[in-house]
Amino acid sequence: VYQVFENVAQKYDIMNDSMSLGIHRLWKDVLLHKMNPSPGTLLLDVAGGTGDIAFRFINYVNSVRERQLRRKLKNHQNLSWQEIADSYQEEAVKPFGDSQVVVCDINKEMLKVGRQKAQRLGYSEGLSWVVGNAEELPFGDEKFDVYTIAFGIRNVTHIDLALQEAYRVLKPGGRFLCLEFSQVNNPLLSRLYDLYSFQIIPVLGEVIAGDWKSYQYLVESIRRFPPQEEFKAMIEDAGFLKVDYQNLTSGIVAIHSGFKL
Amino acid sequence: AEPAEDGYAGEQDGGCRLYPGHIPTSPLQKALLAAGSALVALYDPYRHDMVAVLGETTGCLVLPNLRDKMKNDPEGSRVLQERPRIRLSTLDVEGLRRLPDGTLGREYLRFLEDNKVSPDTRMPAKFVDDEELAYVIQRYREVHDLMHTMLGMPTNMLGEVVVKWFEAIQTGLPMCVLGAAFGPVRLNARKLQVLATELIPWAIRSGRNANCILNIYYEQRWEQTVASLREEMSIFPPPAVRV
Repeated sequence: VYQVFENVAQKYDIMNDSMSLGIHRLWKDVLLHKMNPSPGTLLLDVAGGTGDIAFRFINYVNSVRERQLRRKLKNHQNLSWQEIADSYQEEAVKPFGDSQVVVCDINKEMLKVGRQKAQRLGYSEGLSWVVGNAEELPFGDEKFDVYTIAFGIRNVTHIDLALQEAYRVLKPGGRFLCLEFSQVNNPLLSRLYDLYSFQIIPVLGEVIAGDWKSYQYLVESIRRFPPQEEFKAMIEDAGFLKVDYQNLTSGIVAIHSGFKL
Repeated sequence: AEPAEDGYAGEQDGGCRLYPGHIPTSPLQKALLAAGSALVALYDPYRHDMVAVLGETTGCLVLPNLRDKMKNDPEGSRVLQERPRIRLSTLDVEGLRRLPDGTLGREYLRFLEDNKVSPDTRMPAKFVDDEELAYVIQRYREVHDLMHTMLGMPTNMLGEVVVKWFEAIQTGLPMCVLGAAFGPVRLNARKLQVLATELIPWAIRSGRNANCILNIYYEQRWEQTVASLREEMSIFPPPAVRV
C-alpha cells in the first residue's frame, strides 16, 4: 500500500478531480458541515495526506470566528471607552492559534505535497504535519476533540485497530467521523458505477499518472470495504456510542459518525 | 484479500496475464487508452509512456504483419526465436567504446552518450494481448535508437520526426504514422522547410527501398560499419543538412 501512495502522491489531487469529476470536493464539504466545528476545536485528521480536510476545517472555523466577531461588534456599538480597551486585551490573548489541526499520514510523500499546498494557499497557523500509522498513533490518550479519516480507512490493514486508536486519542465527548466509499444501494446506479470504476478509472490512472496498477488497486479496495451496517457495527465494537451513517450520492460514499461518551 | 507485492491484487477483468507486466484490457479500455494517450502525447510529447501506450493500443492490426515479416526472413526469425534485448546490463559498453569509429557499436554508443539516453528507459509492453507480439513491439522500441544511428538523426524534434517518417513507411504502425503527421506541428518554419524539401523525401525513399529493420540481428553486428550496414539494408545515405 505504501508504494501505491508514493507513486500517487504528486498526482493525487488531479486524479481525485478527474475520477470523481470534482464531486469529492462536495463530499468533503458535507463532512465539514456535519462536523460543524467551533473555534477552539482540536482536530486530528488521519490519512489526511494532502490536506483537503485540514484546509476546509481552517476555512470553516475562520468563517465561524469572523461571524462571531462581527456579531460581537454589532452588539458592542455603544460600549464605553474602558470596555473597548478591555476587549483589545482579550483578543490579544486568543489569536487563531486555539483551533488546531494535526494532519497525520503514514506516507511522507503525501505530507510533503500537503505542506507545499499549505504554503501555496497561504495557510500558516494552526497546522501540524505528523508521520504516523493509524493502527498505532504517536499521540497520548484523550488529546483531540474530533478525529477524521477521509478516504483513508479502507487502506488500513487492521481497521479494528485504527478504530481502537481513534477511541483512545479522543477526549471524552469527542467525535469520530469517517468519510469513505461504501456500497451503492441502487441496482442500476451500481452497475453503472462498476462499469465506470473498472473500465474507466484505471485508464485515467494510466493516462494522467502513468500508473494503471495503483488505480486498479484503488477500485478493488473500494469493493473490499465492509458495507455501511457492518462498518457501523465495527465502530460500535471500538466503544463509540450513537453511531450513525449518512449516505451521499446513493451510497457511493458514506459518512459514519460516533461519539466517545 | 491483501494486495500482492506489486500493489496489485485480484483477477484482472478480461483475461489472464500472458507475460510479466501484461495488463489485460477490454476493447473499451483499449479504445479509451488509445484516445487518451493520443491527446496527452500531443499535448506533452515528453510523455514517452503515452507514446508507448498509443503504439500498443493501436498496433494490433499491424503487429502480426511485422511478426510474419520476421518469421519469413532467416535472420529475422532467429531474432524472434532468441528474443535478444538491448540493455545496458547486457551491453559490453567498454568493448563497444574500443571499436573503431564508424562501426555500428561505436556510433550507437556515441549516440547514447551524446543524447544522454539509455536503452533501459524503454517502457516494457503492457497492453498487447499476445506474448510474441509484445516482443515484436518491444524489439521495435529498442531498434528505434539504432535507427537514429543508422539514419544519422539526433533526438531533437526534427530528428525524431524524420525517424518517425522512416518508421511509418517501414512498419506501418499507426503510432508512427500519427507521430510523423503531427510531429512537424512543433517545428519552426526553417526546420519545416528542410524537413519537407530534403529530409522527408529521403526518409520515404529509404523507407520504401530498405529491408525490414526488424530483420537484422543488430547485436551480432556491432563491428560492422554503419556505412556497410546501410548499404546491406538498402538505406540511402542521409542528405548533408544540419539537423
